[in-house]
Amino acid sequence: MRRRAFIGGSAALAGGLAAAPAAAQGAVEVSFFYPVAVGGPITRIIDGLAADFEKENAGIKVKPIYAGTYQETIVKALTAHKSGTPPVTSVLLSSDMFTLIDEDAIVPFDELMKGPDDAAWIKSFYPAFMFNSQTGGRTWGIPFQRSTIVLYWNKELFKEAGLDPEKPPATWDEQVAMAAKLTKRDAGGNVSQWGIQVPSSGFPYWLFQGFTTQNGVDLMNQAGDATYFDAPEVVQALQYWVDLSRKHKVQPPGIIEWGTTPKDFFERKTAMMWTTTGNLTNVRSNAKFPFGVAMLPAGKRRGSPTGGGNFYVFKKSAPEQREAALKFIKWITTPERAAQWGIDTGYVAVRPDAWETPAMKKYVEGFPAAAVARDQLPHAVAELSTHENQRVTKALNDGLQAALTGTKSPEQAMKDAQAEAVRILRPYKK
Amino acid sequence: MSGPLRVDPYEPRGLARVIESAGAGLLAFLWVLPLLYAVWTAFHPAEFSARFTLGAPLTLENFARAWEAAPFARYFLNSFLLVSLVLAGQFVLCTLAAYAFARYEFPGREIAFMLVLVQLMIMPDVLIVENYRTMSRLGILDSIPAIALPYIASAFGVFLLRQTFKTVPRELDDAARVEGANALQVLLKVYVPLARPVYIAYGLVSVSYHWNNFLWPLIVTNSVESRPLTVGLQVFSSGDQGIDWSVICAATLMTSAPLLLAFLLFQRQFVQSFMRAGIR
Amino acid sequence: MADDGSGRVAPATLIHDSSKERRWSGAAPAAAIHGWLLLLPALALLALFTHFPAVATLIDSFYSTPRGARGSVFIGLDNYQTMVEDPVFWTSLVNSIWFALGTIPISIALAILMAAWVNDRIAGRTLVRMAYFTPTILPMIAVANIWLFFYTPQYGLLEQVLGAFGAPSHNWLGSRSTALLCVIVVAIWKEAGFFMIFYLAALQQIPPHLAEAAALEGASRWTFFRRVQFPLLMPTTLFVLVNAVIGAFRTVDHVIVMTRGGPDNATSLLLYHLYQVGFSFWDTGYAAAITAVLLAILAALAFGQYFFLERRVHYR
Repeated sequence: MRRRAFIGGSAALAGGLAAAPAAAQGAVEVSFFYPVAVGGPITRIIDGLAADFEKENAGIKVKPIYAGTYQETIVKALTAHKSGTPPVTSVLLSSDMFTLIDEDAIVPFDELMKGPDDAAWIKSFYPAFMFNSQTGGRTWGIPFQRSTIVLYWNKELFKEAGLDPEKPPATWDEQVAMAAKLTKRDAGGNVSQWGIQVPSSGFPYWLFQGFTTQNGVDLMNQAGDATYFDAPEVVQALQYWVDLSRKHKVQPPGIIEWGTTPKDFFERKTAMMWTTTGNLTNVRSNAKFPFGVAMLPAGKRRGSPTGGGNFYVFKKSAPEQREAALKFIKWITTPERAAQWGIDTGYVAVRPDAWETPAMKKYVEGFPAAAVARDQLPHAVAELSTHENQRVTKALNDGLQAALTGTKSPEQAMKDAQAEAVRILRPYKK
Repeated sequence: MSGPLRVDPYEPRGLARVIESAGAGLLAFLWVLPLLYAVWTAFHPAEFSARFTLGAPLTLENFARAWEAAPFARYFLNSFLLVSLVLAGQFVLCTLAAYAFARYEFPGREIAFMLVLVQLMIMPDVLIVENYRTMSRLGILDSIPAIALPYIASAFGVFLLRQTFKTVPRELDDAARVEGANALQVLLKVYVPLARPVYIAYGLVSVSYHWNNFLWPLIVTNSVESRPLTVGLQVFSSGDQGIDWSVICAATLMTSAPLLLAFLLFQRQFVQSFMRAGIR
Repeated sequence: MADDGSGRVAPATLIHDSSKERRWSGAAPAAAIHGWLLLLPALALLALFTHFPAVATLIDSFYSTPRGARGSVFIGLDNYQTMVEDPVFWTSLVNSIWFALGTIPISIALAILMAAWVNDRIAGRTLVRMAYFTPTILPMIAVANIWLFFYTPQYGLLEQVLGAFGAPSHNWLGSRSTALLCVIVVAIWKEAGFFMIFYLAALQQIPPHLAEAAALEGASRWTFFRRVQFPLLMPTTLFVLVNAVIGAFRTVDHVIVMTRGGPDNATSLLLYHLYQVGFSFWDTGYAAAITAVLLAILAALAFGQYFFLERRVHYR
């Protein structure tokens, strides 16, 4: 699955997009925007789930609309919201929460829920996933298809370098030491194989959050109106990342392209890489060597940001539609279905009890790498998400790339990024 | 230095010719290198996408995978509809306007002509934000006409045809009128046929531009039903899981195949119609 | 091969058209009505998608961006103030200028060279001509992915070739110092062949007796080119230049694919920045201000080119 396709200029919108609020013949219709760019197995799974739900719940019709990438889907949903006919529910990026709130497009689940059962349901998800779903004491999103960053390593190259192929780095120091052993240089200083690659094109902030979390620091507050880019621990984390290339010379210098990193791994040009859990299937089918998947190494602690999509319920829909949507969301996130969804798609099942289901247990037994993301969840934090999210993340991305390419010192880069973020967020400070 | 036949005295000869041919050949090789690479990668398994060994096995699997991964058939249809719509619209509107500028005298003509020429500088590509709004107000976002509309009244086309129409001898025009043809009939029977090379050259430029246009379609479309090939290709290649060059190269070849084939088959006519059209 | 009977675009006459036309037989008012009716469809579309948006852009640039419940209000020059304070805008502007300065002269020089070569009877002329022209008909969006491979560190084609000569590995797109250069090279590659066609057409219309006369006087080939061919190509150069300048401010496809403006905005061109502000930040007010500046630049260039170069090509 695409975590984020950088096209889309987000653009676009389809005014006349079908989101008929009217209920046909007494049946309540729930229009449901789902982000998938092209047809294929995922749409079949979603269609199947919708049909199963309708069978069990006469009187509710779920109408999935495949709206493109995440970027395209939110634009479609917001445009439809402005024209008065938004979908009833939609899966959108968890980090879009503040954007949706600012546009006054969604309702908090607290307004929909009744009684202690529902309150218990909210608590059944991994807290790591709820960080991006709650703000101001309210729950705005329900986790559905979520991912984290993990480390992939090439066991063959580990063996060649005299390392234990079954033992990935567990700490920052080990990461540097192992990467040093895995970096192959010829006499002229040319590198034919790098120790590690942490991609830095496109959305470096996401990978950077791995380092900052491990260094025990948050990048933003939960209200989404303050960032801490210039905190000393953040600068330290960036220094560590920069040092991988500049000081230790175990990672290629300059910006490392997200898109080519898996290929670099397959080509044995890098022995370790950080990338999304969503790459598991890709690596499994293209790596011509035994590989391992591990939690990201620990600095002061372990840590990774989460990513991926949440369910949201839109404001401009009828009360009975919202109620039906809630029913559907509860239905689709039961432990059994969350487990099946994770097995089918490669996303991380979003609640602990899903991992206790027989189906999931069997799956993990056959493919233990799948459980790595779960084991990392207790250490995971929310993806960077603020008001004016795109702008604030760009300010950080620019700063990170400036430091990684050596145009600014980590300290200066983070100071500038923070100043820019403060400027952007000023109107949102209460 | 001139021989019995008219020979260009500056034509390179002997060693000079060899050197010049070699230089031209080398540059030509560099120029088609990306295409050669695409052909290599598309027809070989993924592990050979960065390794150029002679014995690499051939395969068509990349094409099959690309074709399955995205609704390319639909994208082809969309692109085809798009260029047809643009071209037809441009031919009609530009012909009418060019005829007015070339053969009619009326108050405000010079100003109108200036207003047309403005578009040579202020291309639709720059006005994406406002045009997006306009499309939204018209309620036609995410449709093929929305991609085409800003380009249909083309200043370049009007200008080109006006210059051509001006060279049509008056006598032909007058003769047709004597026979009782009205203005539109004269246009269709006299001017349009004489301007054929210009239409061909302009048409080729227009088709290749719109077949390959990207930014505006990217902004204004967001469904499989309206996306042209370029946008479809980008949606397809910007996946989360990294770049699979084999499949992308296969898709690239597929998407450019129609133009590429047409060009290979008709390249002589292509270049000549440019020359005859005197676009220079 | 030249066909003198056909139309020619003489760019020098772009605006001043001094030829006096005979009036149509018939009443002038009827001609006026006919004329305007013929123009109407084209002018209507131009008004809707060129003139109106250009004016609306100016107006919108003085208003704030509506967000949620807050509507759009008049804010004077605030958007321009934002622009002045926006470092990415300045970087993008400078990048765009370098991009134009990098692509235009080289692609025009290459186009002339290509045209001269292809115009001579060199070996494999048809093939060579075809090779030069091929990039023009390939979608930029697709070839950008291929160029991405060329520039990839270590196993990319450029690296494999340079590595064979013992050159050290370099992260071409991932370094601030080389990323813009890489983007410029792709643009040159894409455009030179297109411009070549125009020069080729022009070269073939230069009467052969000029070459004979020059040869009789003993002029070297270089002198002949500099004194005869090049000046005769001036109108073509003006035409190509106009196209190239517009192209330089309009080309972003490969930036979107290859670098997304990075690293640290090193390849962010003005139009790319506009695209990001308009369709990623959805800040339409600020985007309008950037558009207004872009329009002003294009207009200034148009006038500059016209007045500066018009004198030089006047002999036609």
